[in-house]
Amino acid sequence: MTRNGLLRGGAFVAAGIAFPLLFNAAWLVNIGILTLMYAALAVSWNLFSGFTGYITLGQVAFFGLGAYSLGITFEHFGIGSGYNPFYVLPIVGACVAFASLPVAWIALRTRAMTFAIVTLTLLFIVQQLAFNLHSLTHGSSGLMLPTPTTFGVDNYDRPFYYAMLGLVLLALLICWGILRSKLGLMLLSIREDEEKARGLGIRVTGTKLVAWWLHVFVTAMVGGVWAYYLTFIYPESSVDPLVMIGAVLMTFLGGRGTLWGPVVGALVLVPAQQYMLIHLGGSQLYLVGYAAVFMVVLLVLPRGIIPSIRDGVVRTRERQRTRGGAAKAAV
Amino acid sequence: MTALLEIDGLTKRFGGVTAVDACSFTVPAGSVTALVGPNGSGKTTAFNLITGYARADAGAVRFDGAAVRRPDPIRLARSGLTRTFQQARIFPDLTLVENMVAALQQPWTSVFTRAVRRPERERALELLDEFGIARLADERAGNLSYGQKKLLEFAAVLMGDPRLVLLDEPTAGVNPVLVDQIEERIRELNARGLTFLVVEHNMNLVMRLCDPVVVLAQGTKLAEGRPDEVRNDPRVLDAYLGG
Ligand SMILES: Nc1ncnc2c1ncn2[C@@H]1O[C@H](COP(=O)(O)OP(=O)(O)OP(=O)(O)O)[C@@H](O)[C@H]1O
Ligand SMILES: [Mg+2]
Repeated sequence: MTRNGLLRGGAFVAAGIAFPLLFNAAWLVNIGILTLMYAALAVSWNLFSGFTGYITLGQVAFFGLGAYSLGITFEHFGIGSGYNPFYVLPIVGACVAFASLPVAWIALRTRAMTFAIVTLTLLFIVQQLAFNLHSLTHGSSGLMLPTPTTFGVDNYDRPFYYAMLGLVLLALLICWGILRSKLGLMLLSIREDEEKARGLGIRVTGTKLVAWWLHVFVTAMVGGVWAYYLTFIYPESSVDPLVMIGAVLMTFLGGRGTLWGPVVGALVLVPAQQYMLIHLGGSQLYLVGYAAVFMVVLLVLPRGIIPSIRDGVVRTRERQRTRGGAAKAAV
Repeated sequence: MTALLEIDGLTKRFGGVTAVDACSFTVPAGSVTALVGPNGSGKTTAFNLITGYARADAGAVRFDGAAVRRPDPIRLARSGLTRTFQQARIFPDLTLVENMVAALQQPWTSVFTRAVRRPERERALELLDEFGIARLADERAGNLSYGQKKLLEFAAVLMGDPRLVLLDEPTAGVNPVLVDQIEERIRELNARGLTFLVVEHNMNLVMRLCDPVVVLAQGTKLAEGRPDEVRNDPRVLDAYLGG
């Protein structure tokens, strides 16, 4: 890890841990949870789509599956309350991820736009399942999860906040590991030229499935934490196309294929969205604001914030170097 | 000499055009075999059929004595048959070294190991050096010139230790100095036991370097034999000079 990377990571962890301790107003911590939730979703979306170039619009289906899996587990097994359900999450994540592999394998036979559409239909299929598998999900009347009573009233939100923070860090750690590993090299070569990669003997389908598994693993856990936090889930909220759009937007805003891009995107967009939500009232006008942000991003920073800043830094350094060289030559 | 690659009755139609028409030839093990013919005679299409990039309408391919039933680029590359493309294909956003290491065929167990391990980097640098582009090792491959990209693609396919390399016009659009360099590389690798099938329009190079020479015209084989035999074959002269 480079020194700068370590500093950046350390600063993020420190700020993340300190935030609810400094600002303990419930509504602020609530926005913090939402921001981290989107950050975790955006980072794991980027983990698959940013690294492979395959745009998935079905991620939220697995968010919903994670949410329902935890809810259903609550109903049918005594997993206790308090912190215990958090420990069940990795199992939920892994199960959802394994269950998604056959579907992913089929979807990955398509490319580009077709893949985006196929995965988008996944989202609606899971929503319909949530509506119709009454015995498991209670359909449109929703599913109740037990409210953890041991968390107290004053800082009730904190455990959920830290759980989300943990998931963001996990997702970042996975991305960071991928970027340094053979897996990353293989994924990037697939993104650049999949046919060529095949010709070199890279097992493209298996490689994509590994990235897919990892992104569903994190996504489903995020869904689980979210369900436990709200203690009440129903089909429209747990498989919400707007959440999907949000995660994709944040990744585009911050910079696709970069480590920190999706986090930056979430840090900018979620608070902005909440602000608009409060000030523009309950109307759907904030969606117009969303669209406006997207337009501006595409026009001004087509590749996202992080790559643009990086280019700027490189250019400034180059300029300084040439100027330094010229000055030396003059002496 | 035993045949490393045997092509038998290979056929491919695109609508009304028969790009490859009942084509049969063999690539002897240890040879540098040339595949020549006028533009549009089906050379690249034949490469695509052999390496699994396109599905043949008829015909059979045997590699190393075994029938290749459904040619698949991944499996073929892993069993030692690899190719380059007429328009060099490299990964522009990766560095040269990363391009080289990506071409190493990895077992699943090393998926989570470091992207570029030291011995892999050393092997990549060694090969890049043989191709005269080692000083660019950590540049973005997208910044290379056209000819350098061809060199990189050629060098990269060697990372997987292939037994048969199909080169599609390795010297097209490349300056004479680089052409000599590529010729030198092919000779040296061939001396070490690597077999080549080369599509090439530079006839002087073909006559110097290749034996046997297979001539295609409109998808069918016109002639096959030693370079001097082929050169004096009236049908070949006709295909190239006539119309
Ligand atoms: N995908 C395709 N669809 C339709 N026609 C094709 C396709 N690929 C090749 N052809 C046709 O098949 C014929 C053979 O093309 P091919 O590219 O194999 O020729 P070539 O011998 O490699 O020529 P060159 O020396 O110019 O590279 C041409 O008539 C071409 O138009
Ligand atoms: Mg061709």
